[in-house]
Amino acid sequence: MSDNGEYLKILSGKEAGIKIVPAPPGEPCAVVGRDSIRQVLDHCRYDRDLGFNMLVDMFAVDYMGEEPRYEIVYILRSTKTNARIAVKTRTGEEGIETISDIWPAANFLEREIYDMFGVPFANHPDLRRIYNPDDFEGHPLRKEFPLEGKDFDKPFVVDLENE
Amino acid sequence: MAESKYMTINMGPQHPATHGVLRVVLELDGETIISSTPDIGYLHRGIEKIFENRTYWQGEPLTDRLDYTSGHSNNLAYCLAVEKLIGVEIPKRAQYIRVMLSELQRIAAHLLWVSTHALDMGAMTVLFYGFRERESCLKVLETVAGARLMPDYIRFGGLREELPEDFLKEARAFIEELPGRIDEYETLLTENVIWKGRLKGVCPLSPEDAIGFGVTGPMLRASGVNYDVRKAYPYSSYEDFDFEIPLGTVGDVYDRYLVRLQEMRQSIRIVAQTIEKLPEGPIKADAPAYVPPEKEDVAHDMAALIRHFKLMTDGFRPPKGEAYASIESSKGELGFFIVSDGTDKPYRVRIRPPSFLNLGSISKMIEGSLVADVVAAIGSADIVLGEIDK
Amino acid sequence: MGIENNALISGVDWLINWGRKNSLFPVTFGLACCALEMMVASCAEYDIARFGAEVFRPSPRQSDLMIVAGTLTKKMAPVVRRIYEQMPNPKWVIAYGACASSGGIFRSYSVVQGVDQIIPVDVYIPGCPPRPEALLKGIMELQKKIQKETIKDRPLITLPGKKSA
Repeated sequence: MSDNGEYLKILSGKEAGIKIVPAPPGEPCAVVGRDSIRQVLDHCRYDRDLGFNMLVDMFAVDYMGEEPRYEIVYILRSTKTNARIAVKTRTGEEGIETISDIWPAANFLEREIYDMFGVPFANHPDLRRIYNPDDFEGHPLRKEFPLEGKDFDKPFVVDLENE
Repeated sequence: MAESKYMTINMGPQHPATHGVLRVVLELDGETIISSTPDIGYLHRGIEKIFENRTYWQGEPLTDRLDYTSGHSNNLAYCLAVEKLIGVEIPKRAQYIRVMLSELQRIAAHLLWVSTHALDMGAMTVLFYGFRERESCLKVLETVAGARLMPDYIRFGGLREELPEDFLKEARAFIEELPGRIDEYETLLTENVIWKGRLKGVCPLSPEDAIGFGVTGPMLRASGVNYDVRKAYPYSSYEDFDFEIPLGTVGDVYDRYLVRLQEMRQSIRIVAQTIEKLPEGPIKADAPAYVPPEKEDVAHDMAALIRHFKLMTDGFRPPKGEAYASIESSKGELGFFIVSDGTDKPYRVRIRPPSFLNLGSISKMIEGSLVADVVAAIGSADIVLGEIDK
Repeated sequence: MGIENNALISGVDWLINWGRKNSLFPVTFGLACCALEMMVASCAEYDIARFGAEVFRPSPRQSDLMIVAGTLTKKMAPVVRRIYEQMPNPKWVIAYGACASSGGIFRSYSVVQGVDQIIPVDVYIPGCPPRPEALLKGIMELQKKIQKETIKDRPLITLPGKKSA
């Protein structure tokens, strides 16, 4: 595996406020403030020394009880050098800026986070629920959401007339 | 409603060419597609949420049902991530068997793709041929796991049990027979005028777009990008084997077809090498805290029985931390990100389904093409809704 | 003495049922994993055609058997119900697999715990996924059930637009 520490060092030189944390057994990653995440990812994508042209994955983790509550993780990869880094940031209910114009892949991934955690993405072109129906209540992957949801023990009724 | 000069039609969710329950809303100008919106979630089963409420052991059967065409690969990805968390070393023999099984699984998945894609395109003969070979492949895989689709044979720390006696013989017989069969499909399809007319130049995806959309697997390689997790970040001893990464040039549906056929041939090479080089030795890691004892020991040894009982009922508690592991499944890069908070249940399991991101590129791919090509494009993406919707 | 004991009627019953059971037209309707095994059942190795049920129709309007193969989610449920309503009478339903029968291992917020909550089911096939042989067995069980039906259970002719019993 390529050593990502070197890339993280380059990255931290580009923008102020980037903290590198060694997170064993995971790999070292860059932790970025919520407001500068867009600039940092923009560097990662377009900077000649970095060139992380692929957004492999983007997801949220709900740390209920901590403030800010949601951790958004971006996993980036360069198809040329096969280097891989992770960038993390924290946000609350107020949400975070979209990166779907930097990587079109983020369009679906951000919709998924919005659906499952209720974290909104500012300036997203089409921010709708992706898995659950539009009239679904709650955000399933939040820790307070029960696994079985609402009305689990009642029969499920389909009403075609009033659809 | 405002007058629109375009026509909107709905495809799916019950449509034979959408491979499950995908729904695509198409906006048309005559026969040409102006824009399209995939609508997914018709198979959303909440697997990530269920993971958080199950022990690590109980989570493994859920992974089978993600991409149900390649159970062994899914098990492998999940096990690799958990093994990173608990930090166990896997014996060489187990690693080789894992490679062998995931390559056989890739062959089965690609056979399924060739058959169903040919059916979508109207070539029904290939369906019956392909399913015949897929059946023999599944029969080989069934001997190790006892199940056709949902194996759960690859476990944390190694494998469930030693390979059955004549497995290697059967696997060898299968891979010796298969190249001739693939030649058969090629005579039916590769130079077929109708097949080429239907596939060549249809819905191409440029390398830049493919990377931007996070497309991985045969679709990305058909666009000419040399990226394969097996080569880029070798896992489970893939570096010991000699194989090539087939690449396409144009990135159209025809290239995807060629890449998948070539990949099957490469998989055959890898399986042959694993059979040849398979070392002797244990198949389970030496980590009593995480790996259950052998079945025979449980019957004779009291301590082993207690350990087995404790592991199976109570599970284990990995140290706090997080781990990301990814593999090259038949669809692309399948990744698992697991956060452990030190309890017996994972705090968060994130699945990176390759089909989900591959599907994201559909809108771009079919923009400006004809309605009839939508079927070809969706088919060529090789989507599995179980994995997309989770 | 009711109409069902009439020798002539029961003879007609037998004939009609014989025709119905040997020419089942399933609707192509795969939801999840089990759909793969359903496909296998219709291909070379298992060959569902031996039981007269190989003509998978893409349109519900032309079919009389619905094999619900896979997990039914709450988002999909209205669609399944609609397809069922679109099928002409007589019609039968097979719940193929654990998920369709009872929700299976997916006890979660988005899964309907059994397809019988929204449509009537005739035959349940257990397994996760059931083997293709199990589907063949299920179809044979359904054929037995059809053979036993009388004119009271299911009308001989149903006119379009009329609500079925």
